[in-house]
Amino acid sequence: MIELSQIKKAFNQGQSNEYWALNGIDLTLEAGKVTAFRGPSGSGKTTLLTLVGCLSRPTSGRVRFKGEDISGLPERFLTEIRRQSFGFIFQQFNLIKGLTAIENVILPGFPTGRPRAELIAAAEQIFEQLKLSHRRTAKVEWLSGGEQQRVAIARALINNPEVIIADEPTANLDTALSREFMAILEGFTAAGKTVLLTSHDPLVVESDAVHRVIGMRDGCLVDA
Amino acid sequence: MNVWLEKQRHLIDFTLASLARRKTKNLGLLLAYAVLVFVLASLMLFTQALRSEATFVLAGSPEVILQRMVAGRHDLIPPGYIEKIGRIRGVQKQEGRLWGYYYDPVVNANYTFMARPANEVASGSIMVGATLARARGLAAGNVISFRSYSGKLFAFKVSAVLSPDSELLSADLVLLSEADFRAFFEYPAGYFTDIALSVANPQEVRKVAEKLSASLPDSRPILREEVLRTYQSVFDWREGIMLTVLAGAILAFAILSWEKASGLSAEEKREIGILKAIGWETSDVIRMKMWEGMLISLTAFLLGFIAAYVHVFYFGAAVFEPVLKGWAVLYPRFALVPTVDGLQVATLFFFTVFPYTAAVLVPIWRAAITDPDSVMRA
Amino acid sequence: MRRPSTLAFILLMVMSLGVIAIFAHSWQLTVTDQSRLQANRTLVTQLGLTDLALFSESRYTRHPSQADLHSALQDHPGAFDHFPTGSLISPPAHLTKTHERLAGKTTSPD
Repeated sequence: MIELSQIKKAFNQGQSNEYWALNGIDLTLEAGKVTAFRGPSGSGKTTLLTLVGCLSRPTSGRVRFKGEDISGLPERFLTEIRRQSFGFIFQQFNLIKGLTAIENVILPGFPTGRPRAELIAAAEQIFEQLKLSHRRTAKVEWLSGGEQQRVAIARALINNPEVIIADEPTANLDTALSREFMAILEGFTAAGKTVLLTSHDPLVVESDAVHRVIGMRDGCLVDA
Repeated sequence: MNVWLEKQRHLIDFTLASLARRKTKNLGLLLAYAVLVFVLASLMLFTQALRSEATFVLAGSPEVILQRMVAGRHDLIPPGYIEKIGRIRGVQKQEGRLWGYYYDPVVNANYTFMARPANEVASGSIMVGATLARARGLAAGNVISFRSYSGKLFAFKVSAVLSPDSELLSADLVLLSEADFRAFFEYPAGYFTDIALSVANPQEVRKVAEKLSASLPDSRPILREEVLRTYQSVFDWREGIMLTVLAGAILAFAILSWEKASGLSAEEKREIGILKAIGWETSDVIRMKMWEGMLISLTAFLLGFIAAYVHVFYFGAAVFEPVLKGWAVLYPRFALVPTVDGLQVATLFFFTVFPYTAAVLVPIWRAAITDPDSVMRA
Repeated sequence: MRRPSTLAFILLMVMSLGVIAIFAHSWQLTVTDQSRLQANRTLVTQLGLTDLALFSESRYTRHPSQADLHSALQDHPGAFDHFPTGSLISPPAHLTKTHERLAGKTTSPD
């Protein structure tokens, strides 16, 4: 489903602090599976996810999504693909403070122009699944860490994407909540979604819910 | 089309929800903005209404007033001038006028004394303007005395108070008979203050003025169109002074709104990054901010304008009264006829709504083109 | 859940209607306004008035259209001159003294 070939990514290219985050990655990711990237911080796993998720473009190399080369597309088209096909769960949750849980969840639906009533209904349904309905009108800063993450998950699901990208999803959660997250993850697989995540949490990478673990170090793939 | 509309509504929803987060601050800003529009609009409406009222009523003033000038000063018209004018073609009627100023030490005010024919005001009685009557506590039937410039005391019976509806024109008027006027000011017989001329054909007014200047070289004809022009421009410098006073406030507001609009906080930058990461396009972010700027400035404009209209036409422009009163003791009470000039409103709209919207957009432009992956890298 | 944009639209709509009403109102002169304006114009014609009685403190403000070139220098003892500094410095007391002696000392009622 996602093919990466000869991916290189440099930051501050041409400047004295030039830094190569990725050094030639060749990788094929299958649909409907949970893939975890494991590696120390600075190994390039988050950068890799930003490339796959159309948040940025590689310095060189090709990214193919469902057979289409997306690495050379202009930003408008990337945004379109990102909105339709990818849902993001960030390490810091990245919710918008001051807004309620449900307002945060429907945000990715705004640029699609779907009617508000429809978005709200979809959000309520997701909240139902995540057992968060009772907190839907609470401001996000009043929610607990686990609740905030579930709001972030709900937001990732609102546009019904094929691929869920999660960056260190359990970094801010305790064991019980992390297990809960893994259970939600299994639900994604059951729904046929592809999940890509980064983690160095053994609870995640050693879990049965994860189908494939890819090790990374210094911008290259290593054996897990 | 529907999708586009729905999308814009979403953006408006979001921008309103984010504004609601800092309710006090944003409401305060809106209020300050509305007050600014209110003051500017009040000034605009007030002066415009005054101007149009002056233009309408003064259209009835004499076509030509002839003054005599001596050494650069307005001087008395000597006997014989009126007869000379009678021979100028096109002049329908000429009339020597008697009027002058009187300083009343009791209330420290200047009055305008004006002689009227005996059939209007009988000798020994006067008619006074409503403002003056109020200042001196006069009513019809009262007796009032004035000490003339020569020191003699004159007592007059107030036969009538002029209609309060005409205060804008007659605030300080004292109408008295010609005989009383001449006696009070010791005006030499046969002399007049100036001459009012009627010219039947409006096209001939300039020709008549030229002839007057030729036959009476020491005179200065003042045409009605000059009077009207005076009132078309007379409030411009006043507006100017008001604006100078307000400039400080405008500047303060500009700084405030610039700070608010352009000083994009790290928090806001982060939010833009989040929005972009979850699928908003750069143009969505910019449009969302544009709606914010437009909603705030439009609300402030409408609010300020409506309040200004009510203030000027229903509360007698109370805010400006102290300024317009100046040092005058007699300030007429008047209600202006509501007039709104579409072009002026459009100008005000343009100068209040657009700068703010622009100030909101400029910094957003820079922030919105940042890479969406910044949220992941942070 | 009420939609914020709906509230905003209603608010803007109400205010816009207010502005439209203002325009309509100002174009349609009331009978009282009309008769008052007409009465004032008649008064102007009858008395031969040339100016508004807004500011009576000096010749050039009481009758701006009739003022000669030099009249910006004053008739009223308490009047300030034409220049902005005049609003900062009050006139010397001796100028107003001569008029004060008359105040309230006239024999007949005033």
